[in-house]
Amino acid sequence: MNGGADAGQSAPPLIELVGVTKTYGQGAVALQALRGVHLVVHEGEFVAIMGPSGSGKSTAMNILGCLDVPTTGSYRFRGVAVETLSRNQRALLRRNYLGFVFQGYNLLGRTSALENVELPLLYRGESPAARHAAAHEALAAVGLTGWEHHSPAELSGGQQQRAAIARAIVTHPAVLLADEPTGNLDTQRGREIMDLIVALNRDRGITVLMVTHEPDMAAYAHRIVHFVDGRVESDIRQPEPA
Amino acid sequence: MLWNTLLLALREIRRNLTRSFLTVLGILIGVAAVITMVTLGNGATAAVSAQISSLGSNLLMVRPGQRLGASRDTAGAAPFKLADVVAIESQVGQLSSVAPVVSRTVTVVHLANNWSTSVVGSSNAYFSAGSWKFAAGRMFTEAEQQTGKAVCVLGETTRSKLFGSENPVGSAIRIKRFSCQVIGLLVAKGQSSMGRDQDDVIVMPLRTVQRRLSGNQDVGMLLVSVRDGASTSQAKQQIEALMRERRRIAANEEDDFNVLDTREIAEMLSSTTRVLTLLLGAVAAVSLLVGGVGIMNIMLVSVTERTREIGIRLAVGALEREVLLQFLIEAVVLSSIGGLLGVLVATVGSIMLAQLMQVPYVFSLSINLLAFLFSAAIGVVFGYFPARRAARLDPIEALRHE
Ligand SMILES: Nc1ncnc2c1ncn2[C@@H]1O[C@H](COP(=O)(O)OP(=O)(O)O)[C@@H](O)[C@H]1O
Ligand SMILES: [Mg+2]
Repeated sequence: MNGGADAGQSAPPLIELVGVTKTYGQGAVALQALRGVHLVVHEGEFVAIMGPSGSGKSTAMNILGCLDVPTTGSYRFRGVAVETLSRNQRALLRRNYLGFVFQGYNLLGRTSALENVELPLLYRGESPAARHAAAHEALAAVGLTGWEHHSPAELSGGQQQRAAIARAIVTHPAVLLADEPTGNLDTQRGREIMDLIVALNRDRGITVLMVTHEPDMAAYAHRIVHFVDGRVESDIRQPEPA
Repeated sequence: MLWNTLLLALREIRRNLTRSFLTVLGILIGVAAVITMVTLGNGATAAVSAQISSLGSNLLMVRPGQRLGASRDTAGAAPFKLADVVAIESQVGQLSSVAPVVSRTVTVVHLANNWSTSVVGSSNAYFSAGSWKFAAGRMFTEAEQQTGKAVCVLGETTRSKLFGSENPVGSAIRIKRFSCQVIGLLVAKGQSSMGRDQDDVIVMPLRTVQRRLSGNQDVGMLLVSVRDGASTSQAKQQIEALMRERRRIAANEEDDFNVLDTREIAEMLSSTTRVLTLLLGAVAAVSLLVGGVGIMNIMLVSVTERTREIGIRLAVGALEREVLLQFLIEAVVLSSIGGLLGVLVATVGSIMLAQLMQVPYVFSLSINLLAFLFSAAIGVVFGYFPARRAARLDPIEALRHE
C-alpha cells in the first residue's frame, strides 16, 4: 500500500468525492442530505464514518456504492466520474469492484446461504463449479462452514451478517462498503464481525468504508470521518493499533 | 447467461409453488379448452364429410310438395307414378339410374323376434343410388320386380334385431299377413348426418310394396343418380322442367314438387359444423386470453412482492436486461408449462369426449402446436410489462421497500 502511495502522485486515488451534494425531493419539500462533501480514500485504507442520525452517512455510502448519484459535484472512482455513467455501467462497477454490506443484511429469503453468496457470481456468468467453490470459500472465510444450506430464517442475526459479508467479498472486490454492519448485533457478535472486517482489510488489502455510531467499533479503523449535517466535520487519522 | 437466467426463473417458480400452480392452471384451462373444442369440432366435421361420401355421389331426391322442412305441404301435391320414373330415364340425359321409392313403417316378425322398421319399395337402382353394398345374397331379378314377388333385402340393424347372429339369407320373415323371403343382406352404413340409423331398413321390389302394403300405384319419392363428372345442377334443371310439363304447371305457378341435391345438404351441414367449430374455438381462445391476464396479474403482484429481492439483485450488479429477462423467462416458463399440460389434458379429454359424443377423434398437430405457441407468446406479451417494471426499479428505493 505504501508502494501505491508513491505511484499515487500521478495515478488517481481510489475514491474521490468533490463537492458532492444530494437533494431529495423538489421545491418546498426538498431536503438537502449532503451539502458539499469532499473525501479522498486511497487503496487499502480502513475508514470509519461516524455522525449523528440523519447527518447523511447512508446517503454518502449509497453514492460511494454507485447505487445512487450525486445531485451536484463529482464522485470519481479510480478517476472515472461515476455520475456520467449509465445505469448499466454503474451496475457493472458494483458487480466488479464493490461489495456492499447493508445494516438490514438484505439476504434473499427462502434461499440457502450458499445460493445467496453465489448470487453476484451468477451475474458475472461464472460456471456452477467456480461459483460453488468461491461461495464455499467465502462462507469459510466468515466462519459459516456447515451452514451453507440454511436459509436466512434459520440463521442468527450475526450469522446473517456474516453471510451478507461473504456475499460482499465473494467477488474479491476492491472496496467493501458496510453501512452499520454491527448495528443490529450485541457487543460480542459485533466484535466478531469487526475482527472479520479488520482481517479482510489487513490480509486481503480490501479497502473498507464502514458507517458506525459506536466508538468501540470505529476504533478498529485507520481513519475516522465525522459527518454533521451533510458535511464532513472532521477527518482524523488514528495511530496504528498495536 | 440465458441458461443461468432460466435456472434463476425455475428457482423462483419453485420458491412459490402455490402461486406458480395457480398461474399455470389458468393457461392450462385455456389451452385445453381451445384444443378440445377444435378437436371435437373437427371430429364432427369429419363425421359429416364421411356422411357425404356414404350418401352416394351426385344424388338428387325428387319429392312431391313444395319444399324441405316442417312446413312442407304434400297434401295437395299429386304423388309420382312409375311413369314419371320412365319419363325421367328416357328424357333426361347424363343419369346413371333413377329409383322410385315408396316407404312404409311396419312391424316384421321372425320366430319370437319382432321389430318395427321402414320397408322401402324400389328397384335395383336403389342400391346403386345409395352406394349400398351386399354382404350376402343378391339383388332382385327382373321377374321378381315385374310380378311383385315377396322377396326382401335386409339392412344390418334389421337383421340383428330379427336374426341375432344368424345368416338371414334363405329364411322367411312375416310382414303383416304375408311371408317374405330374405334374398340379400346389406353392408352396414351406420348413422346418417341427421342421426338416423340407415341400416334399420328392409328393401323390397316396388310392386310388392304397392300391392301388399300401400295398396295403390303411388311412388313417394324418386332417387336420381347423376353420372360421374356430369353436372347435377343441369340434371336438376332438366328434371324440374320435365316434371312441370308432366304435372301441367302453368308458367306463373310454383313447383308442387322439389328436387334436393343431397350433396348440397351435406355441404351445408359440414359448413355449419365448421362455423360452429370456429365459434367454439374463439370462445375458448378468450379463456386463454383471460389466462394471460392472470399471468400478468400474478407477475405484477410478484414484482411488488419481490421489490426488495429485485433491489438486492440490482445492488449486487444485475443489469437491467438481466432482471427483465429473468421475469420474462419466468412468465414464459409458467405459461409454457401451462400450455404443455393443456395439450396433455386436451388429448385425454378430447379422446374421452369424442367417444361420449360419438364423433371420431381427429388429432390435429397444427391446433396443438398453435395453442402451445400461443400460450408461450402470452407469457412474453403479458410478462413483458411486469418484467420491465421490475427492471426499471431504483435499487435504493427497492431496498427500502418493505
Ligand atoms: N430516499 C430519501 N428520500 C427523502 N429523504 C431521504 C431519503 N433518504 C434519506 N433521506 C433523508 O436524508 C437525510 C440523511 O439521511 P441518511 O443519509 O440516511 O442519514 P444517516 O444514514 O446519517 O442517518 C435524512 O434527513 C433522511 O430523512
Ligand atoms: Mg443510515
